[in-house]
Amino acid sequence: MFCHYRLWGMKKIEYLMNRINKKLQENKKILSIYFTAGYPALNDTVSIIQTLEKSGVDLIEIGLPFSDPLADGPTIQASSTAALQNGMHTELLFEQLKNIRDSVSIPLIIMGYFNPVFQYGVENFCKRCQQIGIDGLILPDLPLDVYKTDYEAIFKKYGLINVFLITPQTSDERIKEIDEASDGFIYMVSSATTTGATEGFGEEQQDYFERIAAFKLKNPQIVGFGINNSETFEQATQFAAGGIIGSAFIKHLTEYGVESIPDFINTIR
Amino acid sequence: MSYNADDKGYYGEFGGAFIPEMLYPNTEELRRNYIHIMEEPSFKKEFDQLLKDYVGRPTPLYFAERLSNKYNTKIYLKREDLCHTGAHKVNNTIGQILMAKRLGKNRIIAETGAGQHGVATATVCALMGIECIIYMGEIDIDRQAPNVARMKMLGAEVRPALSGSRTLKDATNEAIRDWINNPVDTHYIIGSVVGPHPYPDMVARFQSVISEEIKWQLKEKEGVENPDYVIACVGGGSNAAGAYYHYLDNPDVGIIAVEAAGKGIDSGESAATSALGKVGIIHGSKTLLMQTQDGQITEPYSISAGLDYPGVGPMHAHLFRSGRGEFISITDDDAMKSGLLLSKLEGIIPAIETSHAFAILEIKDFKPNDIVVINLSGRGDKDLDTYIDYFKL
Ligand SMILES: Cc1ncc(COP(=O)(O)O)c(C=O)c1O
Repeated sequence: MFCHYRLWGMKKIEYLMNRINKKLQENKKILSIYFTAGYPALNDTVSIIQTLEKSGVDLIEIGLPFSDPLADGPTIQASSTAALQNGMHTELLFEQLKNIRDSVSIPLIIMGYFNPVFQYGVENFCKRCQQIGIDGLILPDLPLDVYKTDYEAIFKKYGLINVFLITPQTSDERIKEIDEASDGFIYMVSSATTTGATEGFGEEQQDYFERIAAFKLKNPQIVGFGINNSETFEQATQFAAGGIIGSAFIKHLTEYGVESIPDFINTIR
Repeated sequence: MSYNADDKGYYGEFGGAFIPEMLYPNTEELRRNYIHIMEEPSFKKEFDQLLKDYVGRPTPLYFAERLSNKYNTKIYLKREDLCHTGAHKVNNTIGQILMAKRLGKNRIIAETGAGQHGVATATVCALMGIECIIYMGEIDIDRQAPNVARMKMLGAEVRPALSGSRTLKDATNEAIRDWINNPVDTHYIIGSVVGPHPYPDMVARFQSVISEEIKWQLKEKEGVENPDYVIACVGGGSNAAGAYYHYLDNPDVGIIAVEAAGKGIDSGESAATSALGKVGIIHGSKTLLMQTQDGQITEPYSISAGLDYPGVGPMHAHLFRSGRGEFISITDDDAMKSGLLLSKLEGIIPAIETSHAFAILEIKDFKPNDIVVINLSGRGDKDLDTYIDYFKL
């Protein structure tokens, strides 16, 4: 996987290219799926990942459950509570994922809240991620300025991409700052909401998608929050590089189980 | 060493704003404006006027003679229990409702545990004619029926928090989620010196009127501005922050913070955050909090709903870590006994939160000439059912 890669458009250097960047270069509409580790059953993690890859998904976000998921709506909250009750914890997740790269090559991102990562030790956490073959992290409550001063060097050392969020309220200036600090993609939250809250995209979202597209940012954007079917996925990817489905996928898992994952993915595209 | 927040909201290593991007514009708007607004003469005038005419300030600094005789020291009580709505909480909600108006917000949300902050918020919203939504854990709604009724009478909508453990921390989560969903028109009135910057500093400033008054009141009575000790109970830490505020940088004034030990620090049912907590992130702030080894936030316990919070404000985490404050925890039983004692000796029935502060008199020796100020944060009306159950009255 060594390849030439243009860094900041300035000089070519050779290094191990992150699977996320590689996937983004394929120039297709990225379908990313979020699920909560340890849900529905504690040991479903590996089979969910394998089935998602087989179903043609492009990127997977593995949710590390947290007791107080501030940015999440009822569906992901409930799956997190259930996962914790099932006995999920950080070390166990790493244990489950230990040999994951023997069976899948899809880019993997761990998404969670900062406190469990902080307790594990940020450096230890990143190190384990690298050993396993995790490609990136999404930690919504790790703010940009703290990341830059305290943790950017550690993330880089272990080859992890940190994904930042933007929302319709994010100022132009801050969007540019976030674009500068990112080296994978930008997680574009579709509307001012917690996860799972919206039903379809209206004019406001269309305007927002267009506004962001017009920025011609260095990083591609992937839209999350509010994508629940092929229609919303189409809408979101008209302007953005891809879409993330979380709550709708978890609802499907709850109702139909792990075996029926391909059925869900087939309804999206 | 400084004990106030720096411009990024840090008290030593604690504080900051660990918030998802969805909350950034809201907190940033507040951060950029709060000091400037608070320093406007028209704001100050309106705030002071309401504290005087509506809240009933200044609250008395009362020399508790019988209590002083019993413990052989000079004890003054700062009577926040005489504030309108029965506790110090209203100092903050008056300040924040004026702030919300200056920021052009027309919808207020708040969290509440026992309902004291909910009532204080519903009160100022009624006063200003602003829509008010209070999040309260489903379990607390059952436990605190009279305060729920008060909020409703005051025109607020009380929404149950159904997630997690369905108590204060979950009500706070729900309020934050509401704010994420309503980023433009809504102001979140947080109830203590917790949450992301600038909340801890802003709330401390609004509550600082407590120690501002203690200073001149003590000067009148004792000829000195500084007591030897200031004692306050700490849930999130707002009444304590207000009582300490103007003494923080004066090492001659001893600061004693009283936490709830619940059934005992090692009982597994406690809310003594300084003893049981580790550094972590809760509700957007880096502070001490009770959590599992894995970083999941645990459910605290105290007989007093107002001290039942798994974290503590970053100012207090810093006072604890730096050694500036002495942190002591008091069990349910010792707090209840002290509440009864204060009632019998001084004719004042304190809130159970406040009773914890009085229990310090039993375990710490003060000199006869020491001036000890105890912040009497609230009155016990709301706790009568608990007192009745406990003492079989
Ligand atoms: C009377 C009283 N004292 C103290 C507290 C604890 O809060 P804080 O630590 O913010 O003062 C409460 C909270 O409800 C209260 O009602």
